[in-house]
Amino acid sequence: MATESDSSSEDIDWRAEASSVEMSRRERLEEWYNRMIYEPALVAWSDVRTRLGILILSVYVLMAVMAVFGLWREPSPNQAERFLSPFQNWAYPLGATKSGVDLLALIIDSTPFILLMVLAGGVWATGVAVVVGTVSGYKGGTVDTVITSISDFFMSIPGLPLVIVLAIALSPENPILLGVILTINYWAGLGRSIRSQVLSIREESYVEAARTMGTSTPRIILKDVLPNIMPYVMVNFVLAARYTIFASVGLYFIGVLPYTGQNWGVTLNNAYSQGALFGMDTLYWLLAPILAIVGLAFGLILLSQGMDRIFNPRVRTRLTGESESVEEESSSSTTGMM
Amino acid sequence: MVNYYLRRTARIPLTILAVATLSFGLIRLLPGGPFTQLRVQLLRQGMDAEQVNARIEALQNIRPDAPLWQQYLDYIVGVFQFDLGRSISLNAPVMDVLARALPWTVFLVVTSTVLMFVVGVLIGAVQAYWEGSKFDKLASGGSIFLMSVPYYIFAVLFVFFLGYLWRVFPTGNAVARGVEAGLTVEYVASVLRHAALPILAFAIGGIGSTALNMRGNGIQVLGEEYVEVARLRGLSDGRIATRYVASNAILPMYTGLLLLIGFRLGGTVVLEQIFSYPGLGYYLISAVNANDYPLMMGCFLVITTTLVVAVYVADMTYGLIDPRISAGDSDGY
Repeated sequence: MATESDSSSEDIDWRAEASSVEMSRRERLEEWYNRMIYEPALVAWSDVRTRLGILILSVYVLMAVMAVFGLWREPSPNQAERFLSPFQNWAYPLGATKSGVDLLALIIDSTPFILLMVLAGGVWATGVAVVVGTVSGYKGGTVDTVITSISDFFMSIPGLPLVIVLAIALSPENPILLGVILTINYWAGLGRSIRSQVLSIREESYVEAARTMGTSTPRIILKDVLPNIMPYVMVNFVLAARYTIFASVGLYFIGVLPYTGQNWGVTLNNAYSQGALFGMDTLYWLLAPILAIVGLAFGLILLSQGMDRIFNPRVRTRLTGESESVEEESSSSTTGMM
Repeated sequence: MVNYYLRRTARIPLTILAVATLSFGLIRLLPGGPFTQLRVQLLRQGMDAEQVNARIEALQNIRPDAPLWQQYLDYIVGVFQFDLGRSISLNAPVMDVLARALPWTVFLVVTSTVLMFVVGVLIGAVQAYWEGSKFDKLASGGSIFLMSVPYYIFAVLFVFFLGYLWRVFPTGNAVARGVEAGLTVEYVASVLRHAALPILAFAIGGIGSTALNMRGNGIQVLGEEYVEVARLRGLSDGRIATRYVASNAILPMYTGLLLLIGFRLGGTVVLEQIFSYPGLGYYLISAVNANDYPLMMGCFLVITTTLVVAVYVADMTYGLIDPRISAGDSDGY
């Protein structure tokens, strides 16, 4: 933009100044990248759990990609032998259902839907919780009272029954909408615990200093409060995602969510109701969707555990036996992290 | 302090009012209105319109031809008089059905939650004390695995192996048929046998995260100076473990327990369905499947009220456990 302007002498001055600002911004960006992404990523990769978690999650992403680009056959009846046991025919590695549908195709076909739903649920739950928690915790006073009362109300509604009633009213078929509905009141509890952390951060000296200097509230929240609760938020994002999987599969399993194509919960339900329950030789039909669910949740939790390790220096230093000074320095910054 | 308890108590009816309003709104929101289907059915049977309206009024405590605010008032008044209308599918007052179902659900949730909490805390405490030991590593791995298995998977596997395959436990109902209710050995044994699998499945599902939480808190508390001071003062190990470490490590988890009650109360919907256990969740689903709106909203309302009361009790007892809680007031900026 600046390079296209005319060349008066004043303009050169102005341009020089602009470019120096840009340099420093780039430097700041680089520093931010180093501190927030590169270094944590290094620490994360050194942790076995995070590495395993990332690997497991990439398998699911791969499955989603396969489903989106149609790299595996679509599930349809009679494409394989009925009740084909797993690992018998390598064209159908997981075997087939009662009506001869390739089980692996069923699992893969459901993946994009589930991943979208999980992402939507996690983003919604943590996003609303962060906004509500920081504003209510930092502002205090009437704002806090109002927000706390509202979230108390939402906390006092049990999630799944509400979702069931909402599902009947709205019959959500879009994965993103479904993810939001499943976590419709999840933010309330999370917002409360974020609020209590913000309460203690608010008392920290540097926040007090910023306030005395007359820094605006949004700026303090963005610059001083948010970075401190980010680790907690990331871990809870994963937990919210896990809740979305559990809730959706559970509700599909008991048949209250509208069936939209295939889904691990639907597969589980079909297996359960169509006789996989009565013998050892049909157990694989029940186990395939179970493994898909547990695998995804396992990957997410491994990742969150590893992230907790990155972000929670108190636990880390105790484990790696670093020097006491490091421990002391870091413990002050994570007050109230638990 | 007294003021806080008063305010907290006053909030219960307010919350229930709000939930009742929500449930009224949801009834209105439901596709085609709740009674459209029934009305069509009755009219087709040759009943005249006035009779149909009277019938519907008897089913749900709202008059279908009254203006909306009148319907709302009728509904709210009914709720506070414990009148939730009549169940269409079971042909009985909703309140009677729910009064019979509620104890079973509370029994499941309370027993399994206590079991989960006690076992989880014990495991986590041992892990924290011998941090880095073989047991710690094994238990951590186990906990992470447990956290990634939803409780209903345990339920399904239990039903499969212990119920159908080996026939060790029954797969439905809360008591065996023909056993008289009462404090007899036979009755209690039957109740326990029927509740064993659901309780176990529900408890196992939560042990992993409880243990991990306790481990984290325990490690943190063990590193605090006051524990060191207590050791230097020569206090007995038992006293340090209970008075200093355990109480300070459990406290943060108690607040989480409040949230957990909500999730677990909702979770019985799936659990009771799998075990055909006649609690609130079971009736909620059967009402959903039968398009029985009065029963459905009644279940929703009662589950919510139970949760409100449970959280209230937990909130009240929190002050007893943690003396630092100062009536929840904080100076605002």
